[in-house]
Amino acid sequence: MLRDITIGQYYPAESIIHRLDARVKLVITFFYILSLFFVNTFVGYLFVIFVLGLAVKASKVPLKFMLKGIKSIMIIILFTAGINIFMTQGDTVLFQKGIITITQEGVFLAIKMCIRLILLIIGSSILTLTTTPIQLTDGIEYLLRPWKKIGVPAHEIAMMMTIALRFIPTLLDETDKIMKAQQARGADFDTGNVIQKAKRLIPILVPLFISAFRRADDLAMAMEARCYHGDENRTRMNEMKYQKADYVAQVCLICYLGVIIALRVAAAKLPFFL
Amino acid sequence: MSIKINHLTHIYNRGTAFEKTALQDVTLEIEKGEFIGLIGHTGSGKSTLIQHLNGLISPTEGEILLDGVNIHGDKKNLRSVRQRIGLAFQYPEHQLFEMTVWKDVAFGPNNMKLSAEEVEQRVEQALQTVGIPKELYGKSPFELSGGQKRRVAIAGVLAMNPEVFILDEPTAGLDPKGRDEILDAIKALHEERKITVILVSHSMEDVAKLVDRIIVMHKGRVAMTGTPGEVFSRVEEIEKMGLAAPQISYVFAQLKAKGYPVPTDIYTTKDATKALMDLIGQVKLC
Repeated sequence: MLRDITIGQYYPAESIIHRLDARVKLVITFFYILSLFFVNTFVGYLFVIFVLGLAVKASKVPLKFMLKGIKSIMIIILFTAGINIFMTQGDTVLFQKGIITITQEGVFLAIKMCIRLILLIIGSSILTLTTTPIQLTDGIEYLLRPWKKIGVPAHEIAMMMTIALRFIPTLLDETDKIMKAQQARGADFDTGNVIQKAKRLIPILVPLFISAFRRADDLAMAMEARCYHGDENRTRMNEMKYQKADYVAQVCLICYLGVIIALRVAAAKLPFFL
Repeated sequence: MSIKINHLTHIYNRGTAFEKTALQDVTLEIEKGEFIGLIGHTGSGKSTLIQHLNGLISPTEGEILLDGVNIHGDKKNLRSVRQRIGLAFQYPEHQLFEMTVWKDVAFGPNNMKLSAEEVEQRVEQALQTVGIPKELYGKSPFELSGGQKRRVAIAGVLAMNPEVFILDEPTAGLDPKGRDEILDAIKALHEERKITVILVSHSMEDVAKLVDRIIVMHKGRVAMTGTPGEVFSRVEEIEKMGLAAPQISYVFAQLKAKGYPVPTDIYTTKDATKALMDLIGQVKLC
């Protein structure tokens, strides 16, 4: 059950996307997310879906794996859709009963928000599925470097992220183990109302917190014992260097953004674009 | 209660890049009242096997019969299965969460919805069995020593009065005194209450001293099963699996090689003492 959470998980495979430089992937993902909020037509989303499909294919990660990530946030997606359907004012009324009014604009907006969220999750999970946590945080550290001049602790932020990412699977395993241990003592997590269910979390949460603190303490001690100190004068085992594919990817990004802007401009002029 | 495992196979993360076969076609039978030692190298499938017995994970293929009833047949059965088969995980003290020792041990019986008196009686009995003195009952479990915490956690499983008691490396990381206290408690439990015990262990000495029958797991399969004598006599095969016979048996192998008339089927210090005394009697050392 806990293994269904794919956010932040790395999927080992040999592909062009896996080999791309983490910095390039981060920049692409950033602009991709921006573009999702810039696109406002169904034609535009078709284009984004097409490009995303190519990226998924190239990443060699099974689509099933990415869809699993959506399953865990399905409630948020449905909630957003619900709000948009019932709360949007519009001219073309499709359905009306009492205080409930559903307009065509509302339905369209809801569909668009759902597409947006799903594309957002799949797009960002391509990043985490094809990039190891270490590469990812190295990339973030590099991209944050200009901000150091105004006092942003780039290295420390990257280090904290590395540690946090590193411990996600460990703590999931731990949770799984504690849940099983309490189930073996007759605990039941599946039945009962919300309050009962919340109460039943205590036998999991208390041991989990204790173990998280113990691990944090151990790690701090181990780092201290090896004289760890932040960023100055540190060298890297794996230097980050741009390859030919990275430049190609950047050109692709610019082309993609060009098409997105063109579609937006076209949508403003041509009303049949939806 | 007899346990029958038929052609049990378990594959983790089936159909993904992380796919891993943990158990392959395991067939076993465990009789009522047996004391079983389950040994095997890390990753040999021991933990996966014992979690199946408790119904915590479902088989990919095969079935587990408890007195002839498939434990995964009906989901409603699982709770009663977990009460009849007690499972103490590795480092069970990591599951402690209550304010006091007493309340923590009572967690299991309370989940069984027993009457207050019944719960009280069981908690008392379980804590006595593992040798926790009365003055600690009201203390926070987090204030106890490592060995005491472990015994409290084991009492938490024991208080459910299981018919089969499975312990996953109950002595890992304990000092010799803590280890002996736990092993003595388990032994007493087996002898007095006649419950079936399955002991997962890496210590061949403990296994040789305590159990009636050993099951050796290797790469997800049952490699061997038999009495400690039968299993440890095939020492070369065991060593190939990354295991070893009890250390004392190597001493006797060397004595034999040097020409002393000693038996080679010695696996416990108790037998070793006897054999050595016999030898001294024979040789008539001055």
